[in-house]
Amino acid sequence: MKQTRRTALQAAGGVGAYAALVSIGLLRPGQASAAEVSAAFKTQGIAATLKALGAEGATESPDVVINAPDIAENGAVVPVGVSSKLPNTETLALLVEKNPNALAGTYDVSGIEPRVNMRIKMGQSSDVVAVVKADGKYYMARKEIKVTLGGCGG
Amino acid sequence: MADPMKIRAKLDGDVADVRVLMAHEMETGQRKDSAGNVIPAWHISEVKAELNGKTVMKANWGPAIAKNPYMQFSVPGAKAGDKIAITWVDNRGDTRTDETVIK
Repeated sequence: MKQTRRTALQAAGGVGAYAALVSIGLLRPGQASAAEVSAAFKTQGIAATLKALGAEGATESPDVVINAPDIAENGAVVPVGVSSKLPNTETLALLVEKNPNALAGTYDVSGIEPRVNMRIKMGQSSDVVAVVKADGKYYMARKEIKVTLGGCGG
Repeated sequence: MADPMKIRAKLDGDVADVRVLMAHEMETGQRKDSAGNVIPAWHISEVKAELNGKTVMKANWGPAIAKNPYMQFSVPGAKAGDKIAITWVDNRGDTRTDETVIK
């Protein structure tokens, strides 16, 4: 009797934690699960990260624009803007090829204009890749940024 | 509790230009201290923006976002007096919400 009650409580606890995350709006059922997203943050290199994001075979598109300097003096603070001219843009993601883990951030932009400016860290000179999901398809763009001072310490 | 964010929201037509500056260490988990021990990662992992309580933007961040993160985006369909609220959650479970009124 005690045994079943304990297992029942444990199961309920797991469901409860998930429900709490759903209720504060950080997780939406049907969206890529938190586990999938955090897995994408642990991959190395562009190809593996695209695969973890489900964006394998993204096509290069001139409608995906990366707005960033050609040379960044300080790799700890590199201003980068990503925008999309594609209709029905749903998500934006930014990857840095030579960082220890390529993925810097993903943005769900269905409620805003498909343009986000941010500041990222770059360990060394590298290509950055922007990935855009529009109308269920993935598109990408690439730009090289030269870094004169690395930003990942050590 | 973390320090407050600085949020500016300025209206241009019916589009609100939102700029957010968050105060966070954004430790990568790659660095080592003087004794050679790895400093554990400590970074914002989730960000959410709301216009009058309705979620308009969500982001997932890794440690490659720069320290004291800055973010700029545009929210269509806004008018003066609307409220923009930004919430972040870090990988230690700490969270903070701040809001501002669109001017």
